[in-house]
Amino acid sequence: MSSSLATVSYIGATILFILSLGGLSNPETSRRGNLYGIIGMTIAVLATVFGPRVTAAGIPWIVGAMVVGGSIGLYAARTVQMTQMPELVALMHSLVGLAACLVGFASYVDTSIVLTGAEKTIHEIEIYVGILIGAVTFSGSVIAFGKLSGKIGGKPLLLPARHWINLLGLLVVIWYGREFVQAHDMASGIVPLIVMTVISLLFGIHMVMAIGGADMPVVVSMLNSYSGWAAAATGFMLSNDLLIVTGALVGSSGAILSYIMCRAMNRNFISVIAGGFGTGGGAPAAKADGQPAGEVTPISAVETAELLREAKNVIIVPGYGMAVAQAQHTVFEITRHLREKGVNVRFGIHPVAGRMPGHMNVLLAEAKVPYDIVLEMDEINEDFPDTDVSMVIGANDIVNPAAQDDPTSPIAGMPVLEVWKAKTSIVMKRSMASGYAGVDNPLFYKENNRMLFGDAKKMLDEVLSALKS
Amino acid sequence: MSATIGIPREVFPGEKRVATVPDVVEKLIKLGFQVKVETGAGDAANFADDTYRAAGAQVVGSAAELWSGSDIVFKVRPPTSAEVGLLREGGTLIGFVWPAQNPELMQQLAARKATVLAIDSLPRQLSRAQKMDALTSMAGISGYRAVIEAANAFGRFFNGQVTAAGKIPPAKVFIAGAGVAGLAAIGTAANLGAIVRANDTRAEVADQVVSLGGEFVKVDYEEEGSGGGGYAKVMSEGFQQAQREMYATQAREVDIIITTALIPGKPAPKLITADMVKTMKPGSVIVDMAAEQGGNCELTEPGQAVVKHGVTIIGYTDLASRLAKQSSTLYGNNLLRLAEELCKTKDGVIDVNMEDDAIRGLTVIKEGTVTWPPPPPKLPAAAPQAAKPAAPPPAPKGHGHGAGEPMSATGLAVVFGLGALAFWFVGAHAPAAFLSHFTVFILACFVGYMVIWNVTPSLHTPLMSVTNAISSIIAIGALIQIAPPESGTGGRPDEWIRWLAVVGIALTTINMFGGFAVTRRMLAMFRK
Repeated sequence: MSSSLATVSYIGATILFILSLGGLSNPETSRRGNLYGIIGMTIAVLATVFGPRVTAAGIPWIVGAMVVGGSIGLYAARTVQMTQMPELVALMHSLVGLAACLVGFASYVDTSIVLTGAEKTIHEIEIYVGILIGAVTFSGSVIAFGKLSGKIGGKPLLLPARHWINLLGLLVVIWYGREFVQAHDMASGIVPLIVMTVISLLFGIHMVMAIGGADMPVVVSMLNSYSGWAAAATGFMLSNDLLIVTGALVGSSGAILSYIMCRAMNRNFISVIAGGFGTGGGAPAAKADGQPAGEVTPISAVETAELLREAKNVIIVPGYGMAVAQAQHTVFEITRHLREKGVNVRFGIHPVAGRMPGHMNVLLAEAKVPYDIVLEMDEINEDFPDTDVSMVIGANDIVNPAAQDDPTSPIAGMPVLEVWKAKTSIVMKRSMASGYAGVDNPLFYKENNRMLFGDAKKMLDEVLSALKS
Repeated sequence: MSATIGIPREVFPGEKRVATVPDVVEKLIKLGFQVKVETGAGDAANFADDTYRAAGAQVVGSAAELWSGSDIVFKVRPPTSAEVGLLREGGTLIGFVWPAQNPELMQQLAARKATVLAIDSLPRQLSRAQKMDALTSMAGISGYRAVIEAANAFGRFFNGQVTAAGKIPPAKVFIAGAGVAGLAAIGTAANLGAIVRANDTRAEVADQVVSLGGEFVKVDYEEEGSGGGGYAKVMSEGFQQAQREMYATQAREVDIIITTALIPGKPAPKLITADMVKTMKPGSVIVDMAAEQGGNCELTEPGQAVVKHGVTIIGYTDLASRLAKQSSTLYGNNLLRLAEELCKTKDGVIDVNMEDDAIRGLTVIKEGTVTWPPPPPKLPAAAPQAAKPAAPPPAPKGHGHGAGEPMSATGLAVVFGLGALAFWFVGAHAPAAFLSHFTVFILACFVGYMVIWNVTPSLHTPLMSVTNAISSIIAIGALIQIAPPESGTGGRPDEWIRWLAVVGIALTTINMFGGFAVTRRMLAMFRK
């Protein structure tokens, strides 16, 4: 295959990738979109393998590596639980980061590339930056995986003077970058490169360790973005436009997702990355005068079932608690039962519900809830006043009226689902503990609110059996 | 010891309402109270004694027995002096009292060492108090009924029709004052098909008028008419002149005028003069909802419907009572909410907590001491609409779609400036080969930006997994390193590079296959 033919194939692959992302605008077209992505990837890989840059000697190695990697990937994809999607995605980001590092090192030690002057400098900067982003993505994603899977505690780790540590790291990285570019031979260049890689790895770990559990959606989408930029940097390094384009697509996708998530929490991107949210450190000050007064009204599963049965309009607001309790199937059973009785049941999804963007949608889809009754916050918020019962399952901060009423609240200004405007709201919760933001929730003390205490799965099972009886 | 709530029959001539209804009785009993109802109390509102009994109330035979046996009495109308005489010494009375208009009644009640909660003195601007706001619920009913009375007296259809027998123009209705009653009237008249216009001195209600299907008529004069607590204030002479001209114009054009203008503690403003009535078309109708306070029309006779200059002028003062079942139910619920506030412990003992803003405002006599008027509540904040149920909620800021609000001009200038500087730097230093890649990179970022904003939020997780799969395109980098044509030349460390590349390929293929497979699995689950 000639060089031109390979380039044309790359253009075709690029178009297919863009179509693939475009297909996700609608669940109807999304399956075709995924297919476009697969075809694009196949074309790109085949065009490379049979292209001018790979000789026959490499083919056995390639096939071997791909068989091993492919089987692991397919196995993981088949066995993963839908509740574990955030972990899987984080783990996969780490692989992209690691691969970017490896390719960067390989490119550096490749003596067959001979460049001089500005081109050499630029190539070296590309390698340096590519490895930097790759290493941060790798270690950050591994820590994110650990946090999401519960192997590492969700509490943010806040080292003293952490901003200074980060700044110092950045300065060291820049200084070694200068050393690296000025190095005349490989032996003197490899040391700065390795030092920088270690610092980047530590920086990635430190960055994600400092972020609280509630900010995980931002972190996951941010790492998604980094993995794209890593690919783009590799593309510059290897002068490959396909990598640049694809990396830029993925990078901007992740960046936009991070932006959407930040806005859904009314938080500044910088402050999320700087960490420290959900420590409880800022909360007591706000509690001094904003403490909601009154008492909560508990309700039993049987009474909940009665309320649901008598309602005409029901909105269910799921949160991370539903994912933890694996309650989505019971939720669907209740939904189906009520819909058969003519109750209009819908779901209201907050953008940051769960641990990654769109997490709740995937869980509900897994439980076979039709996607046309699963609505976004903006679509459904106006309907709460006409709703008889709103049921909150394992969510807290995303339904906190203090975000609107109390300007001193740490979450003030965050858009929230206005469940309290329904005639009755029912909150399912294990206990009266506050959410990740460490903010007390005045919703619980509202007159039209009822608390259903207990494990979400167990309580919903009881509600379901009460509904059926 | 739990208290007994007494519900006497209303003695005011023509009053059909009753202070509580059987549904509410049940809930009062759940709060721990005992309830006594005078026989026949609910008859005029179609609630028979038996339904009260079934709800758990005790029905007593005479007013005297009821008043003497009750710790708390729920009333609708202010009590007559005979009723005050029946009230138990130190008892509690809850109902409409109008302390400003009834100073003698206040003295009589104080002499009985009574505690009196005047539902009309509720601080309406407290959003917490809205559930107890009987003035609002009664005004809403009156507004509805005013339109019905007008339709009854009006000789034509409200809605326009084109029939085989000819074309009928829609009735034109003008509503003066867009308070609760006015808004209810606007909605009702618009629902009947009339063309509705409305005016209010408070400019901020214009949106509410429009939202109910009315057209807001402005007075051609600049002045803000919002007083405290969602009421209007007296306007300047210049404004009143402009307003009179506007009313005169409307009077000539419309078929029906409904006036609701009230200023607290003052006689109702005379908006419609006798001259204006003369200019109205014969058969037109005026419903003067302010008749009790003297009326907005000069020719109104309170409590009567009269025909003057060919115009029917309705001055009924009992509009809410004419819808007795509805108004009793809403009023009963308002009092129930008040009872809940008074008895938070749910043990049937009331606590008149003077620290509570709402309760403080309501309490006009506490154990024989007149506590009216209350100290002025905190002034209503910038938005006095809080007391208006029809206030439209502030539009939520859009997010999740689109790029959001446009940046400020300075912000934009800074961004463009920095961008230009960065581009200049790249252009001045980078070689041509780099620039072509750079072009591709920048364009791809924009394509990505445009495409991703179209992704529906429910598919964000599949988006992440598919972009993750696509980012395994980095495999290309490893593939071209494994055995390029240059290998084996010039001391290239082939072994090293090959192993790095092989590991790189294996890692990225995990992503490639895993990412696409899991996306496929997820998307297959999304179904209608």
